[in-house]
Amino acid sequence: MNNRGWFRNGMLALGLAFLYIPILSMMFFSFNNSRLVTVWDAENSPTLRWYVRLLENDQLLGAAWISVQVAAMTATGAVILGTLAGLVLARFGPFRGRAFLSAMTTAPLVMPEVITGIAMLLLFVSLEQLIGWPEGRGMLTIIIAHITFAMAYVTVVIQSRLAGFDDALEEAALDLGAKPATVFFRITLPLIVPALVSGWLLAFTLSWDDVVISQFVSGPGSSTLPMEIFSRVRRGVSPDINALATIMVLIVAVGVVLSTLYMKREEKRRLREEQMARSGS
Amino acid sequence: MKKALVTLQSLAGKRLVIGVPYVWLLLFFAIPFLIVFKISFSWMQPIQPGYAPLLAWVEETQRFVATLNFSNYQALLQDSLYLSTFLYSVKVAAISTVFCLLVGYPMAYAIARCAPSTRNLLLMLIILPFWTSFLLRVYAWIGLLKTNGVINNTLLALGVIDEPLTLLYTDFAVYIGIVYSYLPFMILPLYSNLEKHDLTLLEAASDLGASPMKAFFKVTLPLSMPGVVAGCLLVFIPAVGEFVIPSLLGRTDQLMIGTVLSAQFFGARNWPVASAVAIVLLLMLLLPILLFQRYQRRELEAAKR
Repeated sequence: MNNRGWFRNGMLALGLAFLYIPILSMMFFSFNNSRLVTVWDAENSPTLRWYVRLLENDQLLGAAWISVQVAAMTATGAVILGTLAGLVLARFGPFRGRAFLSAMTTAPLVMPEVITGIAMLLLFVSLEQLIGWPEGRGMLTIIIAHITFAMAYVTVVIQSRLAGFDDALEEAALDLGAKPATVFFRITLPLIVPALVSGWLLAFTLSWDDVVISQFVSGPGSSTLPMEIFSRVRRGVSPDINALATIMVLIVAVGVVLSTLYMKREEKRRLREEQMARSGS
Repeated sequence: MKKALVTLQSLAGKRLVIGVPYVWLLLFFAIPFLIVFKISFSWMQPIQPGYAPLLAWVEETQRFVATLNFSNYQALLQDSLYLSTFLYSVKVAAISTVFCLLVGYPMAYAIARCAPSTRNLLLMLIILPFWTSFLLRVYAWIGLLKTNGVINNTLLALGVIDEPLTLLYTDFAVYIGIVYSYLPFMILPLYSNLEKHDLTLLEAASDLGASPMKAFFKVTLPLSMPGVVAGCLLVFIPAVGEFVIPSLLGRTDQLMIGTVLSAQFFGARNWPVASAVAIVLLLMLLLPILLFQRYQRRELEAAKR
């Protein structure tokens, strides 16, 4: 390895340290007995007292449950709408309004959340004035708002997956007389299953993580977990938030490892099947 | 005849497939902006819904009377607070974007030049923090930066400093927060660009006598410009309107525009002024957003084989 190699790897190592040290430090201090959080109390640490206190905190647990429901429904809705949009943009060729649809699916990727938040809330308020729906704000309005920005991400995932595939298979099936719907369910859908899974997980995470948009469109009694966390951490560091962060990081790490293993297995299976198809068996 | 029927059916099906996401985005993404635009010309009203209607039925004249209120925009222009807030937000976002590029480019470059087997692992390591809570990652920096936080305690223990540095609630803290939160958004487009480079070009440059440094600035950097632009836009645009990071790590004497907008909305409950702020912010970001869309379109077209 030459000098430049060392420089490159050194920068990479520094960057990774920058990414991980804050998270590791947060996890480390969740076992600290001291209320001061970052001043290590060597006598009485490590301790699990903040984890115990966390599990007794019904407000946070309730908010977490709301967040799980919102995120699961958001992810499902976003995958359905995002798959349709991705399919339309990748496969339907030119049609009137295509450019506008494409613009509406990329704008949410970079739109500052405060703008999306205020726009959503004013829409819900106006709709309620106009047709009486949605009545007040709560989980439903949060889910609608989350689906809208999460589906943009799913669309990109699906669109790029479809763009990477040749449409010869679909063409062939159509030529053999299969209905477009049959082609979609029997050919296109199985091909994009990995993209659907990663799209779902991505939408789930985006919803689970969102605080700004939720804050605009939520109502009384529908505080999500990030909203609860935000109102707490604005008052400074608190040891039970460190404990909560540790639990969340561990869940995510396990989830990411599992889904990576799943993707690897799917990819292998696909390659094997392709090989079998080629060998003509 | 049957064929015509099938074509007709598939045409209707096609319309439906296009229609569902289209109508959804139209209703929940495009129309809300028109409503914000409308309300930005309205007056604040203490009763529900919090803003006055623009169009009112006047009994005496038996006519609809439309009234537009430009004072919200006038307030933005005249009040120097708003101007300084907008400028400050752009400054913070721009500086953070530059830092993000300086940190992200070498990392993306290093990953792209790694053995293919380790690339995926490294990319996963970059993305992994992104899957954990954004809010908690920003929160982690409070613990590091505060007066009796990890960094100050470490430096004090090592004897580098005699008294704690003020790190939290400064511009510096906001830069760190933005770089930290948005780094994957910088690295991923850069990586996907750098990974595609033809390395024989560098060999050619070296054969022709260019130093590695010169080859980098003459070949690699210009070729990677689309990735640089995309990464910078993905960081800069949302950072201008950032709300969580400055309210947790930032100064209290100089607010960012996202914070002012939420304060007008939730604190003062002045929805028309908040709407006007949102519209001005949107207009400011329109050009970068259009640029980003152009890049995204090209990227997806290039993915087609």
